[in-house]
Amino acid sequence: MPGRNDDAYWKANIRLVLSLLAVWFLVSFGAGILLVEVLDNIRVGGFKLGFWMAQQGSIFVFIVLIFVYINRMDTLDERYRRSESDREDSTQ
Amino acid sequence: MSVQFWTFLFVILTFGLYIGIAIWSRVRSTQDFYVAGKHVPPIANGMATAADWMSAASFISMAGLISFLGRDGAFYLMGWTGGYVLLALLLAPYLRKFGKFTVPDFIGDRYYSQTARLTAVFCAIVISFVYVCGQMQGAGIVFSRFLEVDIVYGVMIGMAIVFFYAVLGGMKGITYTQVAQYCVLIFAFMVPAIFISILMTGQAIPQIGFGSQLTESFGGGYLLDRLDGLSEQLGFPTYTEGQRSTQDVFFITAALMIGTAGLPHVIIRFFTVPHVRDARKSAGYALIFIAILYTTAPAVAAFARANLINTVDNVEYSAMPEWFSKWEATGLITFDDRNADGLIQYTGDAATNELEVNRDIMVLANPEIAELPNWVVALVAAGGLAAALSTAAGLLLVISSAVSHDLLKRAYMPEITEKEELRFARMSIFMAVLVAGYFGINPPAYVAQVVAFAFGLAAASFFPAIVMGIFNRRMNRHGAVAGMIAGFGFTALYIIFFRFVNPAVDNAENWLFGISPEGIGSVGALINLLVAWTVCRFTPEPPAEIQELVADIRRPEID
Repeated sequence: MPGRNDDAYWKANIRLVLSLLAVWFLVSFGAGILLVEVLDNIRVGGFKLGFWMAQQGSIFVFIVLIFVYINRMDTLDERYRRSESDREDSTQ
Repeated sequence: MSVQFWTFLFVILTFGLYIGIAIWSRVRSTQDFYVAGKHVPPIANGMATAADWMSAASFISMAGLISFLGRDGAFYLMGWTGGYVLLALLLAPYLRKFGKFTVPDFIGDRYYSQTARLTAVFCAIVISFVYVCGQMQGAGIVFSRFLEVDIVYGVMIGMAIVFFYAVLGGMKGITYTQVAQYCVLIFAFMVPAIFISILMTGQAIPQIGFGSQLTESFGGGYLLDRLDGLSEQLGFPTYTEGQRSTQDVFFITAALMIGTAGLPHVIIRFFTVPHVRDARKSAGYALIFIAILYTTAPAVAAFARANLINTVDNVEYSAMPEWFSKWEATGLITFDDRNADGLIQYTGDAATNELEVNRDIMVLANPEIAELPNWVVALVAAGGLAAALSTAAGLLLVISSAVSHDLLKRAYMPEITEKEELRFARMSIFMAVLVAGYFGINPPAYVAQVVAFAFGLAAASFFPAIVMGIFNRRMNRHGAVAGMIAGFGFTALYIIFFRFVNPAVDNAENWLFGISPEGIGSVGALINLLVAWTVCRFTPEPPAEIQELVADIRRPEID
């Protein structure tokens, strides 16, 4: 049975995925590769920032991104389930 | 007690553990054999994925590669971790929702075509075989160097162990041995790293030691500054600066990321969990477990590099410690006293350099170079074996399921019963172990090189086909098959041309847009997308039931 909420759910999912992928691109390809020379002018302790993003920082951000995704998707799924069961109740 | 004693002890203990798990996890159904009955808890699946993913190359070679590449080593670090973001967001949950056993299952059903299924089977087998030969070879090398067992026997022992738990337990046996292997390999990698970090910087956490000041006995100052200084002084490229062109680093990183997300032995791990949300969670756990090693490796690379230079440069050859002659005997270190002054000159200038150091030394000999206790030195062997065997087992299962499930059950012999299919699955894993073992003992000269290209091929074939299958409802079989063939074909030809047909022109001037064969898989993936999209526009849209299948994959689970 196709749910009425399918479209809304899918749109919210795509929005979430695209925004997370934007961050993914910015920290790895952006900070770690394209802008690395610029960021290297900033020093944090014994690290040049660009070098640190390329070899450490981007990996930490990747982990955060996946856990944000897990969290948001659980919420989205839950909302979908609730409105689907509301709909079934009202049609009975 | 000697290193040899400790090594034997660790190897025997860990192998005993793997065999115990194999006996405990025997299976009787194809569902258990292919996807561990879909009962694997996400955290266990995360560990198993991490062990599956981190191969002999990650464990033994990566830190060494980085210590010679300097900053450019980042393409391995970001490429092999960033792919998990793509996996978690774009593939894992949907493939789990689809709920079958293999990658060709998805491609064949989604694109309602035996041609698509067979193309996927072909790509999966080529990619996995290329990869598994490297693992067997890795296991053989560890045996021969640490236990002084002949490489042939080393490979055979490795084969026997993998054979035992893969044939008995299928995916279930493989999964739980991989959990144990993850624990062994991460312990073996972290203990020496922590020791060295404390020794050189006084910091127990290597990731912090990486950016800290060296202790007085190592000359003080920030580690990375000191390394840059040493590099310049000896004529090596500056450690924290890049050598390769920006676009090459960009495309290699992209190819490794997309390839990671397209490797069938990684993808099938997400079929083994009970629910869709567990698939997302296990991708997150997997990346944490992988990141523990991947954020430590660049620190180890820097420690080892600085330590090596400190130990050898301009020091008398006769005063070298014991490890030096031990590794010299294996040919991984070679010294040629060109100016006959009895001192070792280690420089970036080929004309005056007297020392050649194999990159694998950086992990294998690092504990000895840092004068760590014997039991720590011995851990490395058990860790290297765990890394090689866990990856080999995952790959062999892909080959076995591609043959028994996709090729026989779904394509040529649909009438076989489940029992017969299970027998074929075990037979094909047996055959695959033999073939892999043969190539492990007699490695074709190009195997080591080709392993890296498995990523390019996976990036150019599977990743686009699966992503389009989920995110583009209109994508049809004509488009997908044309795309896979174009992407795989282009990438394979580019690599074969530059690496085997005409290696003389393999340099940046002749490369397409300055992209090396390692990075060409990302262009292959783009070609795949473009060809698929174009062909799809001029051919009929997929039947209604396929469009409903896509809608169903996208819909959340209602449990």
